[in-house]
Amino acid sequence: MADDASAKTNLSATTEELLKYYRDMLLIRRFEERAGQLYGMGHIGGFCHLYIGQEAVVVGMEAVKKDGDQTITGYRDHGHMLACGMDPKGVMAELTGREGGYSKGKGGSMHMFSKEKEFYGGHGIVGASVPLGVGLGFANRYRENDSVSLTYFGDGASNQGQIFEAMNMAQLWKLPVVFIIENNQYAMGTSVKRSHSDTHLYRRGAAFGIPGMEVDGMDVVAVREAGRQAVEHARKGEGPYVLEMKTYRYRGHSMSDPAKYRTREEVDHIRETSDPIKRCEQRLSENGFSDEDQLKGIDKEIKAIVKGAADFALESPEPAADQLFTDIYA
Amino acid sequence: MARMTMIQAIRSAMDVAMDRDDNVVVFGEDVGYFGGVFRCTQGLQEKYGPQRCFDTPISESGIIGAAIGMATYGLRPCAEIQFADYMYPGYDQITQEASRIRYRSNNDFTVPMVVRMPTGGGIFGGQTHSQSPEALFAHVSGIKTVIPSNPYDAKGLLIASIEDDDPVMFLEPKRLYNGPFDGHHDRPVTPWSKHEMGEVPEEHYTVPLGKAAVRREGADVTMLVYGAMVYVAEAAAEETGIDAEIIDLRTLLPLDMEAIEKSVQKTGRCVIVHEATRTCGYGAELAAIVAENCFYHLESPVVRVTGWDTPYPHAHEWDYFPGPARVGAALQKVMEDA
Ligand SMILES: Cc1ncc(C[n+]2csc(CCOP(=O)(O)OP(=O)(O)O)c2C)c(N)n1
Ligand SMILES: [Mg+2]
Repeated sequence: MADDASAKTNLSATTEELLKYYRDMLLIRRFEERAGQLYGMGHIGGFCHLYIGQEAVVVGMEAVKKDGDQTITGYRDHGHMLACGMDPKGVMAELTGREGGYSKGKGGSMHMFSKEKEFYGGHGIVGASVPLGVGLGFANRYRENDSVSLTYFGDGASNQGQIFEAMNMAQLWKLPVVFIIENNQYAMGTSVKRSHSDTHLYRRGAAFGIPGMEVDGMDVVAVREAGRQAVEHARKGEGPYVLEMKTYRYRGHSMSDPAKYRTREEVDHIRETSDPIKRCEQRLSENGFSDEDQLKGIDKEIKAIVKGAADFALESPEPAADQLFTDIYA
Repeated sequence: MARMTMIQAIRSAMDVAMDRDDNVVVFGEDVGYFGGVFRCTQGLQEKYGPQRCFDTPISESGIIGAAIGMATYGLRPCAEIQFADYMYPGYDQITQEASRIRYRSNNDFTVPMVVRMPTGGGIFGGQTHSQSPEALFAHVSGIKTVIPSNPYDAKGLLIASIEDDDPVMFLEPKRLYNGPFDGHHDRPVTPWSKHEMGEVPEEHYTVPLGKAAVRREGADVTMLVYGAMVYVAEAAAEETGIDAEIIDLRTLLPLDMEAIEKSVQKTGRCVIVHEATRTCGYGAELAAIVAENCFYHLESPVVRVTGWDTPYPHAHEWDYFPGPARVGAALQKVMEDA
């Protein structure tokens, strides 16, 4: 079962499905571009990690989620929140540190949550969220629901010791957890090659007998199909699963990144050959879809949503100073 | 003499230490190839090779634990934890292993290790990039805790820490890396090149652990501060016109009790400032020490100005940060309380 290096599934999707993925990925892309601009203009401060390039991962996984499934991730979290259906306005307003943000300006880019959308954060400490994801899996089993915890983390995070503790527990107790490693090949300036003794991260659970699969994380349909297999495995009570999503981040690690660890050509090459949104367009045309106007219409609609989010994030008031002292204890 | 930022001074310290002693090794996340996120190790890998300056995975417990093992065998590891907020996975190693090996091995083994970590806020880093955990270290016997406030001290204290035979937690106030930030976040910061403490010798020297420095002599009130709060204290003294004596502790453990007692016994008043949360913060220890040793000299109750007992906020950074206005008000209060 383990070391199942690639999904042997039929990789196709209907035009209707593809249009939805296209739209959802584009929302993330445009949202992040706008966040980058607002940062540049000084409206967002501190840390801000953009998800551009990785959109297919969360959108593909979202397609196999059922109501009640939980999502938890690290600090590169805007894409996950939008994919979960959280309101772009509330996310953007958290980035600008305003009252209307999901955490009323207390959390910032890395720390947002939504009970309604079963989004458990947004965590700034690398690796720390992963055992929480296992706890969610435990709670699902305890409650005897059939929900699955989608626990995301990065290639760099996968070297954090507590992840191994968490994986062992998840398999020992056969918990419904899918560990989704977003391998975008870099942890800040450190490449996977320079930090992992085994660069095949889908094997991270092998010592515990957790099956793993390497997935083309730039292809939303490949993600969906692998995700389906992993989530079904977990939902059936067979325990956790590891998905290694091979993906790429186009932008710097955070907003100030000298990017000396990779070449411009490397980034351009991936953008040109494997961009997830372009790949989705290709799939659409393979399906015989050729309505350029409809795609333009989607783009226009997305731009309006993103503009609305940015306007809201700038108009929403600064949180009152006494908010500093609330939400610490019951 | 060369002019250095605090970053350059810290790099120079490691350079000098590596040059003199090949037991010194430097490592951490993004430390080798990339030169550190704050550039403190830039050029060291080129100069000393990847055997002596190298990258680690994101594994703080492994980084600190391995450093302890190296140190027991006689190496002098100088590990970087990228932000102090990330040290917690390694805190077990610090408190249970590093701090106690000398004691439990009957002095057979020692841990001459330094863990460097940027500390404190003021950079809009929010709750996971702004913490000041110094009290968590000072609370543990067997380790030393150092916090420099300027480039000259940073270099001298870091060399002394690397050469020290006990484990040292070396906290670098990141808001001071490029200049003496005084809490006036709406004004430009003077660069270190224009500050006298930015004058740093290229060669080897040490600043001894356990010796405080008087940054400003004064007659009316003693201010016990360290790290970024040194400049906030200076601004507050300046702006209120109160003749404060500002003591920069530099090392929290070992602590320069003599300097504290001498000053408080002279001024009869004491204001303690730190950025960390208030309850069980290092200021509580300082207040107790002053009460125990200077009680009969005090003319007014000791006052603490600290971060609030909240997580470090994202949107409310400057409400949290103990800036010159809050510190100035405390100075006025101790002067009024007779
Ligand atoms: C415990 C801890 N150590 C270090 C960091 C600093 N840090 C933030 S992100 C990061 C790189 C993580 O890389 P990866 O997991 O691959 O995620 P990506 O940024 O590629 O999404 C590091 C080292 C942190 N936030 N927490
Ligand atoms: Mg990565």
